Amino acid sequence: MEMKDTRSGFGAGLTHLGKTNENVVALCADLIGSLKMGDFAENHPDRFFQVGIAEANMIGMAAGLTVGGKIPFTGTFANFSTARVYDQIRQAVSYSDKNVKICASHAGLTLGEDGATHQTLEDIGMMKMLPGMVVINPCDYNQTKAATIAIADYEGPVYLRFGRPKVPNFTPENQDFKIGEALHLKEGTDVSIFATGHLVWEALEAHIELEKQGISSEVINIHTIKPLDNNAILNSVKKTKCVVTAEEHQMNGGLGDSIAQLLSRELATPIEMVAMNDSYGESGPPMKLMKKYGLTSKEIIESAKKAISRK
Amino acid sequence: MTDILKLENITTQVRRDIVRMVHANSSGHPGGSLGCAEFMVALYFEVMNHNTDFKMDGIGEDIFYLSNGHISPVWYSVLARSGYFPVSELATFRKLDSRLQGHPATHEGLEGIRMASGSLGQGLSIAMGTCQAKKLNNDNSIVYTLHGDGELQEGQNWEAIMYAAANNIDNIIATVDYNQKQIDGTLDDVLSLGDLKAKFESFGWMVFEEERGNDMESVLNVINAAKSETKKGKPIVILLYTEMGNGIDYMMGTHKWHGSAPNDEQLQIALNQNEETLGDY
Repeated sequence: MEMKDTRSGFGAGLTHLGKTNENVVALCADLIGSLKMGDFAENHPDRFFQVGIAEANMIGMAAGLTVGGKIPFTGTFANFSTARVYDQIRQAVSYSDKNVKICASHAGLTLGEDGATHQTLEDIGMMKMLPGMVVINPCDYNQTKAATIAIADYEGPVYLRFGRPKVPNFTPENQDFKIGEALHLKEGTDVSIFATGHLVWEALEAHIELEKQGISSEVINIHTIKPLDNNAILNSVKKTKCVVTAEEHQMNGGLGDSIAQLLSRELATPIEMVAMNDSYGESGPPMKLMKKYGLTSKEIIESAKKAISRK
Repeated sequence: MTDILKLENITTQVRRDIVRMVHANSSGHPGGSLGCAEFMVALYFEVMNHNTDFKMDGIGEDIFYLSNGHISPVWYSVLARSGYFPVSELATFRKLDSRLQGHPATHEGLEGIRMASGSLGQGLSIAMGTCQAKKLNNDNSIVYTLHGDGELQEGQNWEAIMYAAANNIDNIIATVDYNQKQIDGTLDDVLSLGDLKAKFESFGWMVFEEERGNDMESVLNVINAAKSETKKGKPIVILLYTEMGNGIDYMMGTHKWHGSAPNDEQLQIALNQNEETLGDY
C-alpha cells in the first residue's frame, strides 16, 4: 500500500486549481512547507499571499479578497485555523457568508511530537457549530486532493481538515468528490461503522478482522461531517441496527456527536464512539499516540461487538 | 465645485436620523455616529466613486468598510440617503425582522454592506484582502475604512498595519475616529495609545492629521489630500479628531453617550438643534 500524507493531497489539489481556476488565491501564515503550498506559491506569486505569523489578519484578508471575486484558500495548522481565529471566522466568513476555504493541516493526535498545544481535537466541533459552514475531513491523499479541487466549485465557506503523517492512500486516483455524499466502502449487515479522516483506514482493517470472527460490518466513509449524509446513515442503520463511529477528534462535538443527534431524532440505535474521551494528547510518535488514546482498529472491533450486544 | 452647504445640510439630516433611530429603540450608539457624520457624508456624497445598484464584489468601485460597527446608525442613514435602500427602512433599525441589525450585517441582504462588523479590530484586515483583490483585478479604485480609536487596542489591527506597509498596499485610506473616548472613559484612562501618529509612521504608513474632523470643508480637504497620495507605494491613514456626540450640545464633551439612547425630552432637544433639511423618514 502506498503511504502518503493528506496534506500533500491538499498541495496537489491547490497546484491543480492554480492551473485551472484563475480566481483561486492562497494565503499562508508562515507554513508554506508544512502545508505543501510551495508549488502554488512559486508558480502563481501574484495570487499567493504570505501573511506572516498573523492568522487573524489572514482570515480577515481572505474574507476581503472575496469582495473582488476571488476564491481564497487559507493554509495553516488546524489549531491556528480554528480556535485562534474563531471570532474572525464567525463574523467575517460564516456570518458574512464569504466564499472562503479554510484549509487546516496537522489536525488531531497524529501531529505527533509537537504535543498537545498543537494537537487540535476540537476543530470539527467548533466549525460545525457555525451556521452555513461546510466541514470536510477526507481520509487519504487522493481524497484530500479531490476534495480540495471540489470545494473551489462550491460557493460558500468551507473548513477542510487534513493531517501530517503518511497514511495508506487507498481511495481511487482522480476520484469525483461530492460534498455531503458518504461513501460505502464495505457492505455489511451486523453493524455500521461510520468513520472519518485517518480512522477510515482503521475501520477497513477492523472490517477484515470482524469478518474473520464471523461479524459482517458495513464501513461508510463520512468525509463530510456537515452537511451530514442523513440518508446514507439512516439506510445503513435500518439494516444493521447498531453503530460504531470513529474519528481523531473529541467525542464532544465530533462525528459521533452528529450521528447520535441524527439517530436520536430519527431512529434510536445503540451507538459506540471511538474518539478522544475529553482529554488532551501529548508528545510522541503519531501511531503510538493513536494506540495509547484508543483510536485504532482494535477499539473499533471492541466497540462493534459491544454495539451488537446492545441491540 | 463642491457645494459645502449642501453636504452640511445632508449631515444635519443624518444627525436627526441617528438620534431618532436610537431613540425609537432606546438602544444603539449615538455618540460615535454623530462624531463621524461629516466624514461619512463626505465619503458617500462627494469622495467615493460608488454605485447604489449594489454588487457585492464591488469591482470598479471604491469600497468602504466600517470596522467599528457599533456606529451603524450613521452608516445606515448615509446609505439610505444615498439611495441604497428606502429611507423609510431606517424606522426598522434594531427591530425584529429588520435588515438594519444592531451591528452591520450582510446576512439580511442590506444593500451597501459587504461585511459584518461589530466584533472590533477586523476591518483593516478585510480591507487588506480587498486591496489585494483590486490590484489583481487591475482595478484602480480605493478602499476606505473607518476605525474607532479605542478599537486600535485590538491586536489584529497591528497585524494588518504591519502587513500593509510590508506589502506596499497603497490603495487604502484608513481613517481613525480620534475622539479620544471609549466606553469606560478616555483613551488615556482605559489604555493609552501613546503617540499614535508616531506608531503608524514607524510601521511605514503615511499619516494625515485633521484636527477639525467635524468641519465639512476640512474633512473633504484631508480626504482629498490623502487620495492624492495613493498609488505611491505607501498605506495612508487619517487621524481625524472628532467630537463624540457632535451637533447635540448635551452629548458633547463626554463619553457617556457612546451607547446610550436619548429619552423623549432629550430627543426633542437634539432635534431642535438640528433642522429637518431633507425630510425625516
